[in-house]
Amino acid sequence: MLNKKMLMTIAFALIAVALPLVIKAPYQQHILILVLIWATMGTAWNLLSGYAGQVSFGHAAFFGVGAYSAGLLTLHLGLSPWWGLILGPVMAMLVALPIGAIAFRLRGPYFALATLALGEIFRLVFLNTTNFTNGAKGILIMPAITSKVFYYYVGLGMLAVTVLVVYLIVHSKVGFYLVSIREDQDAATSLGIPTSLYKNLALLPSAFFTGLAGAFYMNYVAFIEPNIVFNLTNISIMVILVVMLGGVATTWGPTIGAALYIIMGELFRTTLGPANVLVFGVIVCLIIMFLPNGIAGELDILKRITQRKKAGLSGGV
Amino acid sequence: MSFFEAKSLTKKFGGLTAVNDLSFSVEKGEIFGIIGPNGSGKTTVFNLISRFFPVTSGEIWFQDKRIDALPAHEICKIGIGRTFQVVKPLRRMTVQENVMAGAFLRTGSITNARHRAEEIINFCNMDNYKLREAKGLPIPLRKRLEIARALATEPQLLLLDETCAGLNPKESEAAIELIRRIRDAGITIIIIEHIMKVMMGISDRILAINFGKEIALGKPQEVANHPEVIKAYLGDAYA
Ligand SMILES: Nc1ncnc2c1ncn2[C@@H]1O[C@H](COP(=O)(O)OP(=O)(O)O)[C@@H](O)[C@H]1O
Ligand SMILES: [Mg+2]
Repeated sequence: MLNKKMLMTIAFALIAVALPLVIKAPYQQHILILVLIWATMGTAWNLLSGYAGQVSFGHAAFFGVGAYSAGLLTLHLGLSPWWGLILGPVMAMLVALPIGAIAFRLRGPYFALATLALGEIFRLVFLNTTNFTNGAKGILIMPAITSKVFYYYVGLGMLAVTVLVVYLIVHSKVGFYLVSIREDQDAATSLGIPTSLYKNLALLPSAFFTGLAGAFYMNYVAFIEPNIVFNLTNISIMVILVVMLGGVATTWGPTIGAALYIIMGELFRTTLGPANVLVFGVIVCLIIMFLPNGIAGELDILKRITQRKKAGLSGGV
Repeated sequence: MSFFEAKSLTKKFGGLTAVNDLSFSVEKGEIFGIIGPNGSGKTTVFNLISRFFPVTSGEIWFQDKRIDALPAHEICKIGIGRTFQVVKPLRRMTVQENVMAGAFLRTGSITNARHRAEEIINFCNMDNYKLREAKGLPIPLRKRLEIARALATEPQLLLLDETCAGLNPKESEAAIELIRRIRDAGITIIIIEHIMKVMMGISDRILAINFGKEIALGKPQEVANHPEVIKAYLGDAYA
Protein backbone atom coordinates (compact mmCIF):
# COMPACT_ATOMS: atom_id res chain seq x y z
CA MET A 1 0.00 0.00 0.00
CA LEU A 2 2.73 2.39 1.03
CA ASN A 3 4.78 1.38 -1.97
CA LYS A 4 1.94 2.09 -4.35
CA LYS A 5 1.49 5.48 -2.74
CA MET A 6 5.19 6.24 -3.03
CA LEU A 7 5.26 5.17 -6.69
CA MET A 8 2.34 7.47 -7.44
CA THR A 9 4.09 10.36 -5.70
CA ILE A 10 7.29 9.73 -7.62
CA ALA A 11 5.38 9.53 -10.89
CA PHE A 12 3.65 12.86 -10.23
CA ALA A 13 6.93 14.43 -9.13
CA LEU A 14 8.54 13.36 -12.41
CA ILE A 15 5.64 14.80 -14.39
CA ALA A 16 5.95 18.06 -12.43
CA VAL A 17 9.69 18.20 -13.14
CA ALA A 18 9.18 17.49 -16.86
CA LEU A 19 6.27 19.90 -17.29
CA PRO A 20 8.22 23.03 -18.41
CA LEU A 21 9.91 20.90 -21.08
CA VAL A 22 6.50 20.21 -22.57
CA ILE A 23 4.68 23.42 -21.78
CA LYS A 24 6.90 26.06 -23.33
CA ALA A 25 4.68 29.08 -23.87
CA PRO A 26 5.64 31.78 -21.31
CA TYR A 27 1.99 32.55 -20.57
CA GLN A 28 1.26 28.92 -19.78
CA GLN A 29 4.40 28.68 -17.68
CA HIS A 30 3.24 31.78 -15.83
CA ILE A 31 -0.02 29.98 -14.98
CA LEU A 32 1.95 26.99 -13.69
CA ILE A 33 4.02 29.22 -11.43
CA LEU A 34 0.85 30.80 -10.03
CA VAL A 35 -0.48 27.30 -9.36
CA LEU A 36 2.68 26.50 -7.39
CA ILE A 37 2.31 29.64 -5.28
CA TRP A 38 -1.34 28.93 -4.52
CA ALA A 39 -0.67 25.26 -3.87
CA THR A 40 2.00 26.22 -1.32
CA MET A 41 -0.32 28.68 0.37
CA GLY A 42 -3.20 26.22 0.32
CA THR A 43 -1.06 23.49 1.85
CA ALA A 44 0.04 25.88 4.60
CA TRP A 45 -3.52 27.04 5.30
CA ASN A 46 -4.70 23.43 5.31
CA LEU A 47 -2.41 22.48 8.21
CA LEU A 48 -3.94 25.10 10.50
CA SER A 49 -7.51 25.27 9.26
CA GLY A 50 -8.05 21.90 7.60
CA TYR A 51 -6.31 19.56 10.00
CA ALA A 52 -6.34 21.54 13.24
CA GLY A 53 -9.74 23.11 12.46
CA GLN A 54 -8.68 26.65 13.39
CA VAL A 55 -10.11 28.51 10.42
CA SER A 56 -8.09 31.53 9.37
CA PHE A 57 -9.66 34.33 7.36
CA GLY A 58 -6.46 36.30 7.37
CA HIS A 59 -3.71 34.38 5.66
CA ALA A 60 -3.16 37.45 3.50
CA ALA A 61 -1.43 38.93 6.56
CA PHE A 62 1.26 36.24 6.43
CA PHE A 63 1.44 36.29 2.64
CA GLY A 64 1.77 40.07 2.56
CA VAL A 65 4.33 40.19 5.35
CA GLY A 66 6.38 37.62 3.44
CA ALA A 67 6.11 39.61 0.22
CA TYR A 68 6.94 42.91 1.91
CA SER A 69 9.91 41.38 3.74
CA ALA A 70 11.43 40.68 0.35
CA GLY A 71 10.39 44.05 -1.11
CA LEU A 72 11.53 46.17 1.82
CA LEU A 73 14.94 44.50 1.98
CA THR A 74 15.53 45.67 -1.55
CA LEU A 75 13.89 49.06 -1.15
CA HIS A 76 15.70 50.12 2.02
CA LEU A 77 18.84 48.03 2.17
CA GLY A 78 19.48 47.34 -1.48
CA LEU A 79 19.70 43.62 -0.69
CA SER A 80 18.63 40.93 -3.12
CA PRO A 81 14.92 40.17 -2.66
CA TRP A 82 15.89 36.51 -2.48
CA TRP A 83 16.90 37.14 1.14
CA GLY A 84 13.17 37.57 1.62
CA LEU A 85 12.81 33.82 1.31
CA ILE A 86 14.50 33.63 4.72
CA LEU A 87 13.24 36.82 6.33
CA GLY A 88 9.65 36.56 5.03
CA PRO A 89 8.73 33.26 6.68
CA VAL A 90 10.36 34.34 9.95
CA MET A 91 8.49 37.64 9.98
CA ALA A 92 5.22 35.86 9.22
CA MET A 93 5.82 33.60 12.23
CA LEU A 94 6.56 36.60 14.42
CA VAL A 95 3.25 38.12 13.37
CA ALA A 96 1.47 34.83 14.08
CA LEU A 97 2.98 34.35 17.53
CA PRO A 98 0.96 36.96 19.50
CA ILE A 99 -2.25 36.17 17.61
CA GLY A 100 -1.98 32.51 18.58
CA ALA A 101 -0.94 33.29 22.12
CA ILE A 102 -4.01 35.48 22.65
CA ALA A 103 -6.77 34.10 20.45
CA PHE A 104 -6.23 30.39 21.08
CA ARG A 105 -6.91 30.83 24.78
CA LEU A 106 -10.49 31.75 23.99
CA ARG A 107 -13.16 29.36 22.82
CA GLY A 108 -15.42 30.11 19.89
CA PRO A 109 -14.92 32.23 16.79
CA TYR A 110 -12.26 34.50 18.28
CA PHE A 111 -9.38 33.11 16.31
CA ALA A 112 -11.27 33.40 13.01
CA LEU A 113 -12.23 36.98 13.85
CA ALA A 114 -8.73 37.87 14.99
CA THR A 115 -7.22 36.64 11.74
CA LEU A 116 -9.87 38.47 9.72
CA ALA A 117 -8.96 41.69 11.49
CA LEU A 118 -5.26 40.96 11.21
CA GLY A 119 -5.22 40.90 7.41
CA GLU A 120 -7.20 44.13 7.16
CA ILE A 121 -5.08 45.88 9.79
CA PHE A 122 -1.92 45.01 7.91
CA ARG A 123 -3.40 46.25 4.64
CA LEU A 124 -4.30 49.60 6.20
CA VAL A 125 -1.03 50.00 8.06
CA PHE A 126 1.02 49.22 4.96
CA LEU A 127 -1.13 51.59 2.91
CA ASN A 128 -0.62 54.43 5.33
CA THR A 129 3.00 54.14 6.44
CA THR A 130 4.05 55.60 3.10
CA ASN A 131 7.58 56.54 4.19
CA PHE A 132 8.41 52.97 5.01
CA THR A 133 6.32 50.98 2.52
CA ASN A 134 5.69 53.39 -0.38
CA GLY A 135 1.98 53.03 0.48
CA ALA A 136 -0.40 52.47 -2.41
CA LYS A 137 2.38 53.19 -4.86
CA GLY A 138 3.78 49.80 -4.01
CA ILE A 139 7.26 48.42 -4.44
CA LEU A 140 8.68 47.61 -7.84
CA ILE A 141 11.90 45.68 -8.18
CA MET A 142 14.08 44.79 -11.15
CA PRO A 143 14.40 41.02 -11.09
CA ALA A 144 17.88 39.72 -11.84
CA ILE A 145 16.44 36.59 -13.41
CA THR A 146 13.56 36.59 -15.88
CA SER A 147 13.53 32.95 -17.03
CA LYS A 148 10.09 31.49 -16.26
CA VAL A 149 11.59 28.02 -16.12
CA PHE A 150 13.85 29.12 -13.27
CA TYR A 151 10.92 30.42 -11.24
CA TYR A 152 8.97 27.29 -11.99
CA TYR A 153 11.64 25.07 -10.45
CA VAL A 154 12.14 27.31 -7.42
CA GLY A 155 8.38 27.32 -6.93
CA LEU A 156 8.22 23.57 -7.35
CA GLY A 157 10.95 23.15 -4.72
CA MET A 158 9.02 25.44 -2.38
CA LEU A 159 5.83 23.43 -2.82
CA ALA A 160 7.68 20.12 -2.40
CA VAL A 161 9.22 21.22 0.90
CA THR A 162 5.88 22.58 2.14
CA VAL A 163 3.95 19.43 1.25
CA LEU A 164 6.64 17.23 2.78
CA VAL A 165 6.84 19.17 6.07
CA VAL A 166 3.05 19.34 6.40
CA TYR A 167 2.81 15.64 5.56
CA LEU A 168 5.36 14.74 8.23
CA ILE A 169 3.58 16.88 10.83
CA VAL A 170 0.16 15.45 9.97
CA HIS A 171 1.39 11.86 10.05
CA SER A 172 2.96 12.20 13.48
CA LYS A 173 1.61 12.39 17.01
CA VAL A 174 1.23 16.15 16.48
CA GLY A 175 -1.06 15.53 13.52
CA PHE A 176 -3.25 13.14 15.52
CA TYR A 177 -3.49 15.73 18.26
CA LEU A 178 -4.38 18.51 15.79
CA VAL A 179 -7.21 16.48 14.28
CA SER A 180 -8.41 15.48 17.75
CA ILE A 181 -8.60 19.14 18.73
CA ARG A 182 -10.56 19.89 15.57
CA GLU A 183 -13.00 17.07 16.23
CA ASP A 184 -13.67 17.82 19.90
CA GLN A 185 -11.70 20.12 22.09
CA ASP A 186 -13.12 18.78 25.37
CA ALA A 187 -12.36 15.21 24.40
CA ALA A 188 -8.85 16.27 23.38
CA THR A 189 -8.31 17.95 26.75
CA SER A 190 -9.58 14.86 28.55
CA LEU A 191 -6.93 12.83 26.72
CA GLY A 192 -4.19 15.04 28.10
CA ILE A 193 -3.69 17.23 25.03
CA PRO A 194 -2.59 20.81 25.79
CA THR A 195 -4.84 22.32 23.15
CA SER A 196 -3.51 25.91 22.98
CA LEU A 197 0.06 24.69 22.61
CA TYR A 198 -0.85 22.35 19.77
CA LYS A 199 -2.88 24.96 17.94
CA ASN A 200 0.21 27.13 17.97
CA LEU A 201 2.22 24.21 16.64
CA ALA A 202 -0.11 24.29 13.63
CA LEU A 203 -0.24 28.08 13.29
CA LEU A 204 3.50 28.72 13.21
CA PRO A 205 4.45 26.43 10.30
CA SER A 206 1.30 27.57 8.50
CA ALA A 207 2.39 31.21 8.79
CA PHE A 208 5.96 30.26 7.90
CA PHE A 209 5.11 28.65 4.56
CA THR A 210 2.55 31.30 3.70
CA GLY A 211 5.24 33.93 4.30
CA LEU A 212 7.56 31.92 2.10
CA ALA A 213 4.99 31.89 -0.71
CA GLY A 214 4.62 35.66 -0.30
CA ALA A 215 8.36 36.27 -0.53
CA PHE A 216 8.59 34.07 -3.61
CA TYR A 217 5.64 35.93 -5.13
CA MET A 218 7.50 39.24 -4.72
CA ASN A 219 10.57 37.81 -6.41
CA TYR A 220 8.56 36.45 -9.28
CA VAL A 221 6.00 39.19 -9.93
CA ALA A 222 8.43 41.97 -8.94
CA PHE A 223 5.66 44.35 -7.92
CA ILE A 224 3.57 44.47 -4.77
CA GLU A 225 1.22 46.90 -3.15
CA PRO A 226 -0.90 46.51 0.00
CA ASN A 227 -4.21 46.13 -1.82
CA ILE A 228 -2.82 43.18 -3.73
CA VAL A 229 -0.90 41.16 -1.17
CA PHE A 230 -3.07 41.92 1.88
CA ASN A 231 -6.29 41.43 -0.08
CA LEU A 232 -9.15 39.85 1.83
CA THR A 233 -11.04 38.30 -1.10
CA ASN A 234 -8.21 37.70 -3.54
CA ILE A 235 -5.87 36.15 -0.99
CA SER A 236 -7.47 35.20 2.34
CA ILE A 237 -10.80 33.99 0.97
CA MET A 238 -9.35 32.60 -2.22
CA VAL A 239 -6.98 30.31 -0.35
CA ILE A 240 -9.97 28.89 1.51
CA LEU A 241 -11.83 28.22 -1.75
CA VAL A 242 -8.75 26.64 -3.30
CA VAL A 243 -8.47 24.15 -0.44
CA MET A 244 -12.20 23.46 -0.30
CA LEU A 245 -12.20 22.71 -3.99
CA GLY A 246 -9.31 20.27 -3.77
CA GLY A 247 -10.08 18.69 -0.42
CA VAL A 248 -9.76 20.00 3.12
CA ALA A 249 -7.42 17.99 5.35
CA THR A 250 -5.92 15.93 2.53
CA THR A 251 -2.29 15.85 1.40
CA TRP A 252 -2.82 16.78 -2.23
CA GLY A 253 -6.15 18.60 -1.99
CA PRO A 254 -4.63 22.09 -1.89
CA THR A 255 -2.43 21.37 -4.90
CA ILE A 256 -5.30 19.87 -6.89
CA GLY A 257 -7.51 22.77 -5.85
CA ALA A 258 -4.91 25.35 -6.84
CA ALA A 259 -4.41 23.78 -10.27
CA LEU A 260 -8.14 23.58 -10.88
CA TYR A 261 -8.90 27.04 -9.56
CA ILE A 262 -6.14 28.90 -11.36
CA ILE A 263 -6.43 27.07 -14.67
CA MET A 264 -10.22 27.20 -14.71
CA GLY A 265 -10.15 30.87 -13.73
CA GLU A 266 -7.72 31.74 -16.53
CA LEU A 267 -9.66 29.68 -19.05
CA PHE A 268 -12.88 31.48 -18.26
CA ARG A 269 -11.20 34.87 -18.15
CA THR A 270 -9.81 34.46 -21.62
CA THR A 271 -12.86 32.83 -23.20
CA LEU A 272 -15.97 34.16 -21.50
CA GLY A 273 -15.29 37.85 -21.33
CA PRO A 274 -17.16 39.87 -18.70
CA ALA A 275 -19.33 36.95 -17.54
CA ASN A 276 -16.31 34.92 -16.43
CA VAL A 277 -16.42 35.82 -12.73
CA LEU A 278 -20.08 34.85 -12.46
CA VAL A 279 -19.70 31.55 -14.30
CA PHE A 280 -16.55 30.73 -12.38
CA GLY A 281 -18.21 31.52 -9.07
CA VAL A 282 -21.22 29.34 -9.88
CA ILE A 283 -19.02 26.42 -10.91
CA VAL A 284 -16.90 26.65 -7.77
CA CYS A 285 -20.10 26.70 -5.69
CA LEU A 286 -21.49 23.67 -7.53
CA ILE A 287 -18.32 21.65 -7.03
CA ILE A 288 -18.23 22.48 -3.35
CA MET A 289 -21.94 21.59 -3.01
CA PHE A 290 -21.74 18.26 -4.81
CA LEU A 291 -18.28 17.26 -3.62
CA PRO A 292 -18.38 18.65 -0.08
CA ASN A 293 -15.11 16.92 0.78
CA GLY A 294 -13.33 18.31 -2.23
CA ILE A 295 -11.87 16.21 -4.98
CA ALA A 296 -9.09 14.56 -2.98
CA GLY A 297 -11.47 14.18 -0.03
CA GLU A 298 -14.06 12.21 -1.99
CA LEU A 299 -11.33 9.93 -3.35
CA ASP A 300 -10.10 9.31 0.21
CA ILE A 301 -13.56 8.25 1.32
CA LEU A 302 -13.82 5.76 -1.54
CA LYS A 303 -10.42 4.38 -0.62
CA ARG A 304 -11.36 3.94 3.04
CA ILE A 305 -14.53 2.06 2.17
CA THR A 306 -12.70 -0.38 -0.13
CA GLN A 307 -9.96 -0.84 2.47
CA ARG A 308 -12.55 -1.81 5.05
CA LYS A 309 -14.32 -4.15 2.62
CA LYS A 310 -11.01 -5.85 1.88
CA ALA A 311 -10.30 -6.32 5.56
CA GLY A 312 -13.77 -7.86 5.91
CA LEU A 313 -14.68 -5.42 8.66
CA SER A 314 -17.95 -3.76 9.50
CA GLY A 315 -19.09 -1.48 6.67
CA GLY A 316 -20.99 1.78 6.46
CA VAL A 317 -19.41 5.19 6.64
CA MET B 1 -4.04 9.14 53.21
CA SER B 2 -6.45 7.63 50.70
CA PHE B 3 -5.73 6.98 47.04
CA PHE B 4 -8.17 9.72 46.10
CA GLU B 5 -9.77 12.34 48.31
CA ALA B 6 -12.19 15.19 47.83
CA LYS B 7 -12.37 17.57 50.77
CA SER B 8 -15.25 20.01 51.25
CA LEU B 9 -15.73 20.32 47.52
CA THR B 10 -18.00 23.23 46.57
CA LYS B 11 -18.99 24.56 43.16
CA LYS B 12 -21.24 27.55 42.60
CA PHE B 13 -22.62 28.62 39.24
CA GLY B 14 -23.67 32.16 40.04
CA GLY B 15 -26.38 31.76 42.67
CA LEU B 16 -26.72 28.00 42.16
CA THR B 17 -24.65 25.73 44.39
CA ALA B 18 -24.24 22.62 42.22
CA VAL B 19 -21.84 20.88 44.62
CA ASN B 20 -22.08 21.74 48.27
CA ASP B 21 -19.35 20.91 50.80
CA LEU B 22 -18.91 17.37 49.54
CA SER B 23 -16.19 15.12 50.99
CA PHE B 24 -15.37 11.54 50.08
CA SER B 25 -12.39 9.29 49.61
CA VAL B 26 -11.74 6.35 47.33
CA GLU B 27 -9.38 3.46 48.02
CA LYS B 28 -7.15 1.85 45.44
CA GLY B 29 -8.88 -0.94 43.54
CA GLU B 30 -12.36 0.14 44.56
CA ILE B 31 -15.41 0.71 42.40
CA PHE B 32 -16.92 3.77 44.00
CA GLY B 33 -20.41 4.75 42.93
CA ILE B 34 -22.06 8.16 43.01
CA ILE B 35 -25.84 8.29 42.69
CA GLY B 36 -28.39 11.05 42.83
CA PRO B 37 -31.38 12.35 40.94
CA ASN B 38 -30.94 14.33 37.75
CA GLY B 39 -29.32 17.68 38.35
CA SER B 40 -27.98 16.70 41.76
CA GLY B 41 -24.41 17.63 40.81
CA LYS B 42 -22.84 14.29 39.84
CA THR B 43 -21.37 15.37 36.51
CA THR B 44 -20.19 18.60 38.09
CA VAL B 45 -18.14 16.54 40.56
CA PHE B 46 -16.38 14.90 37.61
CA ASN B 47 -15.87 18.23 35.91
CA LEU B 48 -14.22 19.50 39.10
CA ILE B 49 -11.95 16.47 39.41
CA SER B 50 -10.92 16.64 35.76
CA ARG B 51 -10.47 20.42 36.08
CA PHE B 52 -12.96 21.31 33.36
CA PHE B 53 -14.35 23.70 35.97
CA PRO B 54 -12.33 25.41 38.69
CA VAL B 55 -13.50 24.57 42.21
CA THR B 56 -15.19 27.36 44.15
CA SER B 57 -13.66 25.98 47.34
CA GLY B 58 -12.32 22.70 48.68
CA GLU B 59 -9.42 20.44 47.85
CA ILE B 60 -8.81 17.41 45.64
CA TRP B 61 -6.00 14.99 46.42
CA PHE B 62 -4.73 12.13 44.28
CA GLN B 63 -1.89 9.88 45.39
CA ASP B 64 -0.78 12.35 48.04
CA LYS B 65 -0.69 15.26 45.60
CA ARG B 66 -3.05 18.19 45.61
CA ILE B 67 -4.45 18.43 42.09
CA ASP B 68 -7.18 21.06 42.15
CA ALA B 69 -4.96 23.75 40.64
CA LEU B 70 -3.50 21.72 37.77
CA PRO B 71 -4.45 22.61 34.18
CA ALA B 72 -7.12 20.28 32.75
CA HIS B 73 -4.80 18.44 30.36
CA GLU B 74 -2.41 17.54 33.20
CA ILE B 75 -5.11 15.56 35.02
CA CYS B 76 -4.97 12.82 32.44
CA LYS B 77 -1.18 12.76 32.56
CA ILE B 78 -1.10 12.12 36.31
CA GLY B 79 -3.39 9.12 35.79
CA ILE B 80 -7.03 10.21 35.95
CA GLY B 81 -9.07 9.36 32.85
CA ARG B 82 -12.70 10.25 32.25
CA THR B 83 -15.64 9.62 29.96
CA PHE B 84 -18.42 12.05 29.14
CA GLN B 85 -22.10 11.50 29.89
CA VAL B 86 -22.92 13.24 26.63
CA VAL B 87 -20.43 11.32 24.52
CA LYS B 88 -17.76 13.30 22.70
CA PRO B 89 -16.39 11.03 19.98
CA LEU B 90 -13.70 12.37 17.63
CA ARG B 91 -16.33 12.13 14.94
CA ARG B 92 -14.41 11.97 11.69
CA MET B 93 -11.71 9.73 13.10
CA THR B 94 -11.98 5.95 13.09
CA VAL B 95 -12.40 3.97 16.28
CA GLN B 96 -8.74 3.01 15.99
CA GLU B 97 -7.66 6.63 15.55
CA ASN B 98 -9.81 7.71 18.50
CA VAL B 99 -8.08 5.20 20.75
CA MET B 100 -4.66 6.09 19.31
CA ALA B 101 -5.30 9.72 20.23
CA GLY B 102 -5.49 8.53 23.82
CA ALA B 103 -2.49 6.23 23.54
CA PHE B 104 -0.25 9.08 22.36
CA LEU B 105 -0.20 10.40 25.92
CA ARG B 106 2.32 7.69 26.79
CA THR B 107 4.23 7.37 23.51
CA GLY B 108 5.40 9.52 20.64
CA SER B 109 5.51 6.67 18.16
CA ILE B 110 2.72 5.92 15.72
CA THR B 111 3.57 2.22 15.72
CA ASN B 112 3.44 1.99 19.50
CA ALA B 113 0.21 3.98 19.67
CA ARG B 114 -1.42 1.78 17.05
CA HIS B 115 -0.26 -1.35 18.83
CA ARG B 116 -1.59 -0.11 22.16
CA ALA B 117 -4.87 0.86 20.49
CA GLU B 118 -5.21 -2.62 19.01
CA GLU B 119 -4.85 -4.18 22.46
CA ILE B 120 -7.40 -1.88 24.02
CA ILE B 121 -9.89 -2.22 21.18
CA ASN B 122 -9.59 -5.96 21.61
CA PHE B 123 -10.02 -5.64 25.40
CA CYS B 124 -13.21 -3.65 24.78
CA ASN B 125 -14.51 -6.13 22.17
CA MET B 126 -14.57 -3.56 19.40
CA ASP B 127 -12.32 -5.25 16.83
CA ASN B 128 -15.08 -5.36 14.27
CA TYR B 129 -15.52 -1.62 14.34
CA LYS B 130 -11.93 -0.44 14.47
CA LEU B 131 -11.94 1.10 10.98
CA ARG B 132 -15.39 2.65 11.34
CA GLU B 133 -15.67 6.39 11.68
CA ALA B 134 -16.83 7.30 15.16
CA LYS B 135 -19.69 9.43 13.89
CA GLY B 136 -21.40 6.40 12.36
CA LEU B 137 -21.43 4.32 15.54
CA PRO B 138 -24.63 3.55 17.45
CA ILE B 139 -24.86 4.89 21.01
CA PRO B 140 -23.77 1.75 22.89
CA LEU B 141 -20.59 1.61 20.85
CA ARG B 142 -19.95 5.31 21.27
CA LYS B 143 -20.21 4.86 25.02
CA ARG B 144 -17.77 1.97 24.77
CA LEU B 145 -15.44 4.08 22.64
CA GLU B 146 -15.39 6.70 25.39
CA ILE B 147 -14.09 4.04 27.75
CA ALA B 148 -11.59 2.60 25.26
CA ARG B 149 -10.15 6.03 24.53
CA ALA B 150 -9.79 6.85 28.21
CA LEU B 151 -8.17 3.46 28.88
CA ALA B 152 -5.58 4.18 26.21
CA THR B 153 -4.21 7.01 28.35
CA GLU B 154 -3.37 4.31 30.94
CA PRO B 155 -5.25 5.80 33.87
CA GLN B 156 -4.99 4.58 37.45
CA LEU B 157 -8.31 6.16 38.27
CA LEU B 158 -11.15 6.13 35.75
CA LEU B 159 -14.21 8.38 36.00
CA LEU B 160 -17.23 6.87 34.24
CA ASP B 161 -20.21 9.17 33.74
CA GLU B 162 -23.49 7.28 33.12
CA THR B 163 -21.98 4.53 30.99
CA CYS B 164 -25.19 2.49 31.11
CA ALA B 165 -27.69 5.29 30.57
CA GLY B 166 -29.68 4.77 27.38
CA LEU B 167 -28.60 1.14 26.96
CA ASN B 168 -31.00 -1.79 26.87
CA PRO B 169 -30.60 -4.47 29.59
CA LYS B 170 -28.38 -6.66 27.43
CA GLU B 171 -26.07 -3.82 26.38
CA SER B 172 -26.01 -2.63 29.97
CA GLU B 173 -24.96 -6.11 31.10
CA ALA B 174 -22.08 -6.07 28.61
CA ALA B 175 -20.98 -2.65 29.81
CA ILE B 176 -20.98 -3.82 33.43
CA GLU B 177 -18.93 -6.85 32.46
CA LEU B 178 -16.38 -4.52 30.82
CA ILE B 179 -16.26 -2.28 33.90
CA ARG B 180 -15.56 -5.31 36.11
CA ARG B 181 -12.71 -6.37 33.83
CA ILE B 182 -11.25 -2.88 33.97
CA ARG B 183 -11.26 -3.04 37.75
CA ASP B 184 -9.70 -6.51 37.65
CA ALA B 185 -6.91 -5.03 35.51
CA GLY B 186 -6.04 -2.89 38.52
CA ILE B 187 -7.80 0.37 37.69
CA THR B 188 -9.73 2.19 40.38
CA ILE B 189 -13.13 3.41 39.24
CA ILE B 190 -15.53 6.15 40.24
CA ILE B 191 -18.82 5.59 38.46
CA ILE B 192 -21.85 7.80 38.19
CA GLU B 193 -25.10 6.10 37.37
CA HIS B 194 -28.64 7.24 37.45
CA ILE B 195 -30.01 3.70 37.55
CA MET B 196 -29.84 2.41 41.10
CA LYS B 197 -29.95 -1.25 40.06
CA VAL B 198 -26.80 -1.02 37.97
CA MET B 199 -24.93 0.55 40.86
CA MET B 200 -26.04 -2.01 43.42
CA GLY B 201 -24.41 -4.80 41.48
CA ILE B 202 -20.96 -3.39 40.89
CA SER B 203 -20.13 -0.75 43.47
CA ASP B 204 -18.08 -1.51 46.55
CA ARG B 205 -19.35 1.66 48.16
CA ILE B 206 -21.87 4.26 47.10
CA LEU B 207 -22.17 7.97 47.78
CA ALA B 208 -25.69 9.34 47.38
CA ILE B 209 -26.06 13.06 46.80
CA ASN B 210 -28.93 15.47 46.36
CA PHE B 211 -28.68 19.18 45.66
CA GLY B 212 -24.90 18.70 45.63
CA LYS B 213 -24.85 17.48 49.24
CA GLU B 214 -24.10 14.06 50.68
CA ILE B 215 -27.20 12.25 51.91
CA ALA B 216 -25.70 8.81 52.45
CA LEU B 217 -22.41 6.98 52.10
CA GLY B 218 -21.65 3.30 52.58
CA LYS B 219 -22.22 -0.22 51.30
CA PRO B 220 -24.76 -0.46 48.47
CA GLN B 221 -27.40 -2.10 50.70
CA GLU B 222 -27.02 0.50 53.44
CA VAL B 223 -27.32 3.34 50.97
CA ALA B 224 -30.29 1.81 49.18
CA ASN B 225 -32.17 1.43 52.45
CA HIS B 226 -31.24 4.80 53.81
CA PRO B 227 -34.43 6.80 54.43
CA GLU B 228 -32.98 9.99 52.92
CA VAL B 229 -32.07 8.12 49.73
CA ILE B 230 -35.49 6.52 49.44
CA LYS B 231 -37.09 9.89 49.91
CA ALA B 232 -34.81 11.91 47.62
CA TYR B 233 -33.88 9.41 45.00
CA LEU B 234 -36.03 6.30 44.88
CA GLY B 235 -38.88 8.46 46.04
CA ASP B 236 -39.49 10.06 42.71
CA ALA B 237 -38.51 6.95 40.72
CA TYR B 238 -41.04 4.76 42.53
CA ALA B 239 -43.73 7.34 43.13
N1 LIG C 1 -21.67 24.85 33.15
C1 LIG C 1 -22.73 25.06 33.94
N2 LIG C 1 -23.19 26.32 34.14
C2 LIG C 1 -24.25 26.54 34.94
N3 LIG C 1 -24.91 25.59 35.60
C3 LIG C 1 -24.50 24.31 35.46
C4 LIG C 1 -23.38 23.99 34.63
N4 LIG C 1 -23.19 22.65 34.67
C5 LIG C 1 -24.15 22.17 35.49
N5 LIG C 1 -24.92 23.16 35.98
C6 LIG C 1 -26.04 23.00 36.93
O1 LIG C 1 -25.56 22.31 38.06
C7 LIG C 1 -26.51 21.39 38.52
C8 LIG C 1 -25.91 20.01 38.58
O2 LIG C 1 -25.75 19.52 37.24
P1 LIG C 1 -25.03 18.15 36.93
O3 LIG C 1 -23.77 18.08 37.70
O4 LIG C 1 -24.93 18.03 35.47
O5 LIG C 1 -26.08 17.10 37.50
P2 LIG C 1 -26.17 15.53 37.30
O6 LIG C 1 -24.97 15.07 36.56
O7 LIG C 1 -26.24 14.98 38.68
O8 LIG C 1 -27.43 15.27 36.56
C9 LIG C 1 -27.72 21.50 37.61
O9 LIG C 1 -28.67 22.36 38.20
C10 LIG C 1 -27.15 22.13 36.37
O10 LIG C 1 -28.11 22.89 35.69
MG1 LIG D 1 -24.82 14.08 34.78
